Amino acid sequence: MDNQFTVAAYSSHLNEHRLMGSRDIKTGEVFLPPRPMNPATYSTEMEWVEFSGKGTLVAFTNVLSGPTAMIAAGYDRKNPYTVGIVKTAEGPMISAQILGVDSTDPASIKIGTPLQVRFVDRGEGDSRKTFLAFEPV
Amino acid sequence: MTVKKLSRGVALVGAGMSKFGGFKGKSSRDLFVEAFVEMLGTVDKGIDPRKIEALYVGNFSSDLFEGQGQLAPILANWTGLTPIPATRVEDACASAGVALRQGILAVASGMYDIVLVAGIEKMTDLPTEKVTDTLATAADQQYEIPAGFTFPGFYASMATAYMHTYGATPETFMKVGIKNHNNGSLNEKAQFGAKITTLMEARKASAAKKGLPIPEWADEMAFLHDDKANPVVAWPMRLYDCSPVSDGAAVVLLVSEELAGKFSNSPIFVAGTGHASDGALHDRDTLTSIPAAKLAGQQAYEMAGITPADIDFAEVHDCFTIAEIIATEDLGFFKPGEGGRMAEDGETSRDGEKPVNLSGGLKSKGHPVGASGIGQVVEVWKQLRGEAGERQLPGQLRFGLTHNVGGTGQTCVVHIFEKRD
Repeated sequence: MDNQFTVAAYSSHLNEHRLMGSRDIKTGEVFLPPRPMNPATYSTEMEWVEFSGKGTLVAFTNVLSGPTAMIAAGYDRKNPYTVGIVKTAEGPMISAQILGVDSTDPASIKIGTPLQVRFVDRGEGDSRKTFLAFEPV
Repeated sequence: MTVKKLSRGVALVGAGMSKFGGFKGKSSRDLFVEAFVEMLGTVDKGIDPRKIEALYVGNFSSDLFEGQGQLAPILANWTGLTPIPATRVEDACASAGVALRQGILAVASGMYDIVLVAGIEKMTDLPTEKVTDTLATAADQQYEIPAGFTFPGFYASMATAYMHTYGATPETFMKVGIKNHNNGSLNEKAQFGAKITTLMEARKASAAKKGLPIPEWADEMAFLHDDKANPVVAWPMRLYDCSPVSDGAAVVLLVSEELAGKFSNSPIFVAGTGHASDGALHDRDTLTSIPAAKLAGQQAYEMAGITPADIDFAEVHDCFTIAEIIATEDLGFFKPGEGGRMAEDGETSRDGEKPVNLSGGLKSKGHPVGASGIGQVVEVWKQLRGEAGERQLPGQLRFGLTHNVGGTGQTCVVHIFEKRD
């Protein structure tokens, strides 16, 4: 089998601002991130499927003490960011940064909030990389 | 599913640990020797270390923390065990629990009669953000970490899900930290072995000494709500909700059941062992429970032929305060959603219905990540043998449980130990 549903392929789609998962041709089950094999049936007959980018917030946190990559992106204790788990309209859940919320006021962020995908570009030229994010609709 | 049994019984006949803390100038091997020497002194009838047939070492990331790969043969060499087989086992913060299970299976299989199992981590050589990055390698590097997740962030997200589902508050989590510091204040091996009230007094004294305004807090909860004294790391997890960055080593000596009496007057028997795995946090049906922990617990209870009600006390993986609450539910001590209230009501305190983390837990004792799973077993060994000193739980103790988690529950190992009459 020649696996095309790789991390690199997913990232390449993300760089084009498309949220792509895989779909089991036999069962119709969708996967995000894309999987080359349905772990329930072991079928490898998959196709690409573009996600709508709609979802809801199921868990979140405001990070004041971040990893070096987020510090490099400009975040710190005075400028925290929000990260969470989003349930997509298509079903799968995914980890993503949450934009468009007040990351200094947790009481203002509500689980269940409807979200829409946002693509965040970091870096320039060949080193530009797109990161997955969502924001309230 | 048929109940899995070991082919032959396995017993603990020795246990030791270094102090947990930040030890500048001490490397993994130095800490290991300290734990090893203490272990030798706990074998009631003595043992010639040259009789040890194999070594299993739980260690998360000596490669990144110390720039050292292939750690196990070095540790074997430093303790006079060369040329026995020496194996390093890595499953993040559950490394030592998994190493213990490998040691148990090796003895149960009949391959070896006498096996040494260790857990070790040397974390404090790196600056905090590098420690954060190193710990983050335990998560999914492709699909979790790029979102901005950190380990405090993962558990904080489980906490917001738990709050949303069950109505807990940040104060619920703070109560767990207060309790574990109370317990740890009785543990001479603990990194932060002091009550929160003692730490508050120390801060006041320090301010007075420096001629700074002396902070006033009405009580522990006021201190824990103070953003300066207890800063948010990843809301709602604050500094005192998080286990510290630590160095430490812990070891236990395993023998086949029939040899136990040859080495020990009071051996501790392995009654049950369970081990399960899982995918990324976002790929689970629930964020308010750790499915692998439930499964590992069920396996261990079934093998031991007991229920959660039979457990006298437990050492659980409180890497964050929310994790302890979820653990007490996953292990069946309390119903889903009741762990928070039980913690608030003191049911997991020393004098509660189900004492949890008598050692102070990872929070107060320290969390040298690859060592913690064996550090927990050292506490169970001491409590069951009646050798826990000031923090000895009174009464007749029979069953103690350990619960060791890797990542957010990609790995979980549960062991049940028994003191027989």
